[in-house]
Amino acid sequence: MRLCDLLTATLSGLAMLGTVTCALAQIPGARRVGGFVPGQERPPGDPVQIARGKTLYEIGCRGCHGTDLRGGDMGGPNLLRSQVSLSDLDGELIVPIIEGSRQGMPKIPMSVADAKATSAYVRSIVATIGGQGMPPSIGQLPPNIVVGDAKAGQIYFDSKCAACHSTNGDMKGGDLKGIAKRISDPKILQNTWVAGGGRPGRGAAVQTASKARIVTASINTANGDRFEGKLVRIDDFLVTLEIEDGSLKTFRRNGDSPKVVVRDPMKPHRDLLPTYTDKDIHDVTAYLVTLK
Amino acid sequence: MMIRKLLLLLLSPALLPGQGKGVDPAELLKPLKESWLTYNGDYSGKRYSALTQLNTSNVKHLSLAWMSRLTPGAGNAAAARRGGAGRGPILTTGGEGTGEFAAGGGSIKASVLQVDGTLYFTMPDNAWAVDALDGRELWHYYWRTKGGTHIGNRGLGMWKNYLFMETPDNYLVSLDAKTGKERWHKPIADLSQGYFSTPAPIVAGNHVIVGTGNDIDAPGFLQSFDPETGELQWKFFTVPMKLGDPGLDTWASLDAARHGGGQTWIPGAYDPETKLYIFGTGNPTPAYTTGTRGEGDNLFTCALVAVNVETGKMAWYFQTSPHDMHDYDSAQTPILVDGLFNGRMRKMVLTAARNGYFFTLDRVTGEGLVTSKYGMMTNWANGLNKFGGPKRDPGKDPTVPGSLVSPTSDGTVNWEPPAYSPDTGLFYVPESNAHSMFYLTDVDPRGSMGLGGKEEVGVGSTGNFLSAIDYRTGKVVWRHQYYGDGGGGGGLLATAGRLLFAGDGAGNIVAHDATNGKPLWNSRIGRITNAPQTYLLDGHQYLLVATGDMLWSFVLN
Repeated sequence: MRLCDLLTATLSGLAMLGTVTCALAQIPGARRVGGFVPGQERPPGDPVQIARGKTLYEIGCRGCHGTDLRGGDMGGPNLLRSQVSLSDLDGELIVPIIEGSRQGMPKIPMSVADAKATSAYVRSIVATIGGQGMPPSIGQLPPNIVVGDAKAGQIYFDSKCAACHSTNGDMKGGDLKGIAKRISDPKILQNTWVAGGGRPGRGAAVQTASKARIVTASINTANGDRFEGKLVRIDDFLVTLEIEDGSLKTFRRNGDSPKVVVRDPMKPHRDLLPTYTDKDIHDVTAYLVTLK
Repeated sequence: MMIRKLLLLLLSPALLPGQGKGVDPAELLKPLKESWLTYNGDYSGKRYSALTQLNTSNVKHLSLAWMSRLTPGAGNAAAARRGGAGRGPILTTGGEGTGEFAAGGGSIKASVLQVDGTLYFTMPDNAWAVDALDGRELWHYYWRTKGGTHIGNRGLGMWKNYLFMETPDNYLVSLDAKTGKERWHKPIADLSQGYFSTPAPIVAGNHVIVGTGNDIDAPGFLQSFDPETGELQWKFFTVPMKLGDPGLDTWASLDAARHGGGQTWIPGAYDPETKLYIFGTGNPTPAYTTGTRGEGDNLFTCALVAVNVETGKMAWYFQTSPHDMHDYDSAQTPILVDGLFNGRMRKMVLTAARNGYFFTLDRVTGEGLVTSKYGMMTNWANGLNKFGGPKRDPGKDPTVPGSLVSPTSDGTVNWEPPAYSPDTGLFYVPESNAHSMFYLTDVDPRGSMGLGGKEEVGVGSTGNFLSAIDYRTGKVVWRHQYYGDGGGGGGLLATAGRLLFAGDGAGNIVAHDATNGKPLWNSRIGRITNAPQTYLLDGHQYLLVATGDMLWSFVLN
């Protein structure tokens, strides 16, 4: 149920809400620490109790529920999404289960104080869940995305891309010499070339300041005047150009009058999107990361 | 006692700013015309008004009647009084929170009820009644929240003179429509488990049907409450909750099913003849990793589900995204249509899903009649399963090196209500053809949680459209292209004046010719945030639409 208008959501006072997730999801490895709902925002626990709880968890619980509480090989469920641990305030829900109240889980021998400490530790980890259920990252490195065949990528590039892009500094199209140096993160490099350069953004046509990407338009009015310029905005009713002297000129549109021709140099690149296979993409990326 | 009653009676014209008799449940069965009595106007979800005063030949003269800006929160009484004649609105405050979280900056995504000349609508934690003739605030109800995701609120349900609102911290609140005073509030879900509630309650007979939402691994459910007392009548879970429940064999385990999602965050349509409430369910969780949920279909997530409103029991389901891997909630508004199909009259339900596929089903049995791809670039599935649901291509799941997928997780369409015109026989929907790279970032074989474990990066769109679909073939009959990356605004409205109203994503509310999509009229009022609506007041047909915290009313002058 992800909706990026979450970013425009209300309640400016509620900083702990998961309202930044959409943006964060774009940043590799970014994690937001903190509860995802105010219900997670409990008074901070006693660090001594939590530390003891951690040790007790490792002794009595980890085997089944996993080091990171996300469930283990022996079949213990994920405690981070457990309705019990999400709702527990002071051990009142967790302690009885440790004491053997739930079918399917053995009684774990420990004192009530230790069971409470264990539940305090579980709550302290639950509180680190990111927005919209992003699990806490415990000891995870981002996986390497370069899996393609660089040679196949070069063949693809030579046949499909080389007509517009050089790689030797000839400055044909967008020259890609040293692209892997300019964009050192292979994932960002891949996103950038698939999006046709500029800064990829979610769902939107790519906007960029680069001159080669400027969208222009020409307008022929009914009385024979012709205007040429940078396209500032267009919809069914108005079109605005920035003409040569830098001034803006807005025309009312009525169907085909005036006649408007838009030239978007990036449109051919966007039109390639449905033609790529994922293998093409991975191969070309494997090739481009060699262009240092 | 007698004297007090008399005093109340004498005072009542001043104390009771709301007008009229409220919503008689029998009125809800009629086609949409003078009033707007429920989320979609009527039960069918068509968002088709029988009004003809405004039509293709005169819509160019449509002009502003009034605009009203609403201030959410507790401190707005003085602001609302400014500039308006007469006394200020009555402010009522409720809620179980402390008031420390001040609401502000919300937007109107609600459908507005128009009943007896009064408009009733919401933003999260806030409900208003305003005079439909000039937008003057009559009363304002403010709910002090305990928290929860404040993403939006779809509006109010109404039964007689009672209004019903859901809150982000999961209460069903009933208000007296005349005064805005609270009648009662009841808890509907557990905030600590991540639930938050956005839907407009739907009143069907003496049932107030209430959905809710959740972004982590919690089960979805739909509930029905008594409109008078607020007592729970039934609770229907959208995922298996115990051994023996139907659909359990489509999950790896009972534990997986019980954390499986399938949230009920958009109001459905209602068929009074069969007593079936038909609604879409949200994504399975974890959304982007198979992990714990196994390779099965994960019923009844991403499905159209029909529940009998008297019993709360499921009559049928049709899964529109079996084993979803891209957060393609099937929480779109279904449309009930009676019409010809293959030469015979059928009772059907139509839906254009977030995943880029369009479906025509028999709404009595749930049988699939038509499945088509309406998202031009939709590429995550290969062929159909035996029921007519798209067969997911596992190669397009999020992967470590990345999968290029259209649509994005925002969908070909998201929550915005579509429309249907019986005059043209066309189903109208905004269509977005954006692409994203989907990366798997959590390679843990146990799978991730909620919407976690992946990274999604938008890489461009090949075009956004207002599209018209023939339900008999599923084919797109025409597409009207939008400039820029928007389109559809907050949803659509069709009328018997052969008009189709939509936001264009460029700050315009636009009237299109419903026959061919040609734009006929526009007003540049800003980004449209709810679906346009229409009704008749004093013999004049009005158009109502919201931009953020502003409500705009248009009429032929």
